[in-house]
Amino acid sequence: MIKSELIDKIAAANNLAATDADRVISTIFDEILKTLKQGGRVELRGFGIFSVRTRRARMGRNPKTGAPVAVEAKKVPFFKAGKTMTDVLNKKPGAA
Amino acid sequence: MQKTLTRADIADALNREMGFSHADSFKMIENVFGEVIAALQRGETVKISKFASFIPHAKKQRMGRNPKTGEAHAIEPRRVVSFRPSQHLRKGLK
Repeated sequence: MIKSELIDKIAAANNLAATDADRVISTIFDEILKTLKQGGRVELRGFGIFSVRTRRARMGRNPKTGAPVAVEAKKVPFFKAGKTMTDVLNKKPGAA
Repeated sequence: MQKTLTRADIADALNREMGFSHADSFKMIENVFGEVIAALQRGETVKISKFASFIPHAKKQRMGRNPKTGEAHAIEPRRVVSFRPSQHLRKGLK
């Protein structure tokens, strides 16, 4: 499912014009994006948790030449699936 | 340490940006994340451009070990979701 398909579904379910459904979805994901870019954490019970994790600097290798290269420390976005999501995917009884 | 963003904060944003009531905002937030979960359940990858992809994976059964007791036991087949952030999201963090 891509964003445009999600837009169609949300528009139909909420009696919205596609442009408005697009704005709703964009606003939701933009809020998450903004929070992560500021180094924050997003907790959506049932869905999951978005956070930012730090990767330490390490010595890497150029795979083509084998020459060692320094890889700097960096921050990566991280997502942990919530309980409802995990249960629905694994068909646990009682999952929404 | 900044506050964690929750559904209530997203509902505030929908209210501010689009003028929806809080009740309607919460309903639409549930609707959006519900559709994402439903698509993953059908085995579809969910791709939100400029944000990230959520990819469902089926894991096979494998043998694991209880780290405390050392006992071997089977880890049942299960489905997990991997998260692949877009370049746009990765870049903004530096």
